Amino acid sequence: MMVLKGNVHKYNRPNIDTDVIIPGPYLKIHDHDELAKHAMEGLDTDFTNKVSKGDFLLVGHNFGCGSSREHAPIALSKTGIKAILSPSFARIFYRNSIDGGYLLPIEIEENILEKIDDKDEIEINLDANTIWNVTKKEYYSIKPFSKIISDIIEAGGLFNYKIP
Amino acid sequence: MGMTLTEKILSHSSNSITVTPGDIIFSNVDKAMIHDVSGPGVIKVFKELEKKGYILEKLWDPDRVWISEDHFVPAADRISADNVIQLTRWAQKYGVKKHFKYGMGQYGICHTISHEEGLVLPGEVYVGGDSHTNTTGAIGAFSAGLGHTDIAYVLRHGKIWLKVPETMLFKVTGKKPDYIMAKDIILNIISDIGADGANYKAMQFSGSVIDGMEMEERFTLTNMTTEAGAKNGIIEPDKATVDYLRTRLGELNFNLVKGDPDAEFSEIFDYDCEKMEPSVAKPYSPENVVPVREVQGTEIDKAYIGSCTGAKLSDLRSAAKILEGKKVKVRTEVLPAAQSIYMKAIKEGLVTIFMESGAVIGPPTCGACCGAHMGVLGKDEICASTTNRNFPGRMGNVTSQTYLASPMVVAASAITGKLTDPRDL
Ligand code: SF4
Repeated sequence: MMVLKGNVHKYNRPNIDTDVIIPGPYLKIHDHDELAKHAMEGLDTDFTNKVSKGDFLLVGHNFGCGSSREHAPIALSKTGIKAILSPSFARIFYRNSIDGGYLLPIEIEENILEKIDDKDEIEINLDANTIWNVTKKEYYSIKPFSKIISDIIEAGGLFNYKIP
Repeated sequence: MGMTLTEKILSHSSNSITVTPGDIIFSNVDKAMIHDVSGPGVIKVFKELEKKGYILEKLWDPDRVWISEDHFVPAADRISADNVIQLTRWAQKYGVKKHFKYGMGQYGICHTISHEEGLVLPGEVYVGGDSHTNTTGAIGAFSAGLGHTDIAYVLRHGKIWLKVPETMLFKVTGKKPDYIMAKDIILNIISDIGADGANYKAMQFSGSVIDGMEMEERFTLTNMTTEAGAKNGIIEPDKATVDYLRTRLGELNFNLVKGDPDAEFSEIFDYDCEKMEPSVAKPYSPENVVPVREVQGTEIDKAYIGSCTGAKLSDLRSAAKILEGKKVKVRTEVLPAAQSIYMKAIKEGLVTIFMESGAVIGPPTCGACCGAHMGVLGKDEICASTTNRNFPGRMGNVTSQTYLASPMVVAASAITGKLTDPRDL
């Protein structure tokens, strides 16, 4: 059973773009640990100090819109973020997260955004497609991954995935 | 049921008789592009794979791949310089000959190079390691941006998984007023559907205004489909497409794939161009669009005429028409999108007009469009820009503000030092 456990970092606003997640001047950097130091710099300069390994982001819809920079999921995953919960993701950010095997973009219903608070502890069960809010003692459902996405996740990224 | 142009191209590229939106396909790729940001990313992917014993012997087809140097040239600093060196060695090792090198003839912003050089043909599947790869779809190709892992996969295997998108159709008709540019049209569309209004979808443009539009203006439309979240932007190829390609490639015959007459669109939008106003997208989203006259008089610190969206030859011509014989009141920078365009601008006398107005001409580069270098914005600075994004910090300091507009609006604003509708000059 695949269960992820961690704390939530909530930024409840839509359209958080890739320039906010990792600003343009850092695009020339390809050292993943170095990139992590600047994750979310455009929104919260204290972000990297707050995050521990295995934590989650909870954000508004269209997360990761803008550029195709893979630096965005790389930087977030290297801070320790394991999954991002959002009502929707921009398409390239979503693909990059999965195909590069960095982190899990998990789609939730819009109203769940209001039910989970910053710093809540949650458990995500990817087999049952549920979230257990340890802090609030509540269950929510998540949208299951499509077949190809879960197959690529299972393979550990696109390069390990065998075309059926 | 028939297929839209996007569906038709993807059915051919995946060897399927038909495809339907939502289908997952493994598509063959005709052309692929990397640049000085995604290229080093691709190299890193292969280095990591090498550590796991996976050696990249050769590329799927080096002749179908090209490299642009655009984001950080002229080298912004030592890291950028090293990235280009790394990319050059990699290209030599794998035999990629189409490397548009800064300082060695034709080079420029990747999306401009792709059409300026006629690198993508109608009906092809083209993927690039940059989100605005959508631009090239105006040639009648499936053209989409991908991250560097996906591009690395394409460079190795020549194919990629795709979900067939639904197609939204935007019909633009009516008599196009002289002061309305493609930029105004696409800003108004994004304003209506929102910054994620076309997420995972194809945006197709048609109608009498598009039919009468020159190719460079069409590229402005497809370029900014990315700002509505679209997977690809596309326009059916016609005589203008063929003429444009023949000027560059000679008397070739092109395979002009078109959509079926009974194709189904997920949504159809009608626009009357005559009713449109010169517009701006206010900070901090390209969907934040109002007529210029609504914010007329907002003081600016800088006017920027650059990028794959707003520094093609037609953009420079439009800006020059407004700047001719006038002086700029604020810092104004013009960065042609490619060396070939720069050269044409010199021959046509546009560069003289810009310089006499007081503007600075920079080398072709992405430059300040992505806040990389070459005139980035300082604290609280306000910029009128022909680029495509105005997110917080996009062009420099997070407190700076960018108003996106057409080259005409930006040029008019440069003259007054305030956001200005060109009709009110
Ligand atoms: S000019 Fe701007 S939008 Fe175009 S490719 Fe360069 S950074 Fe991207």
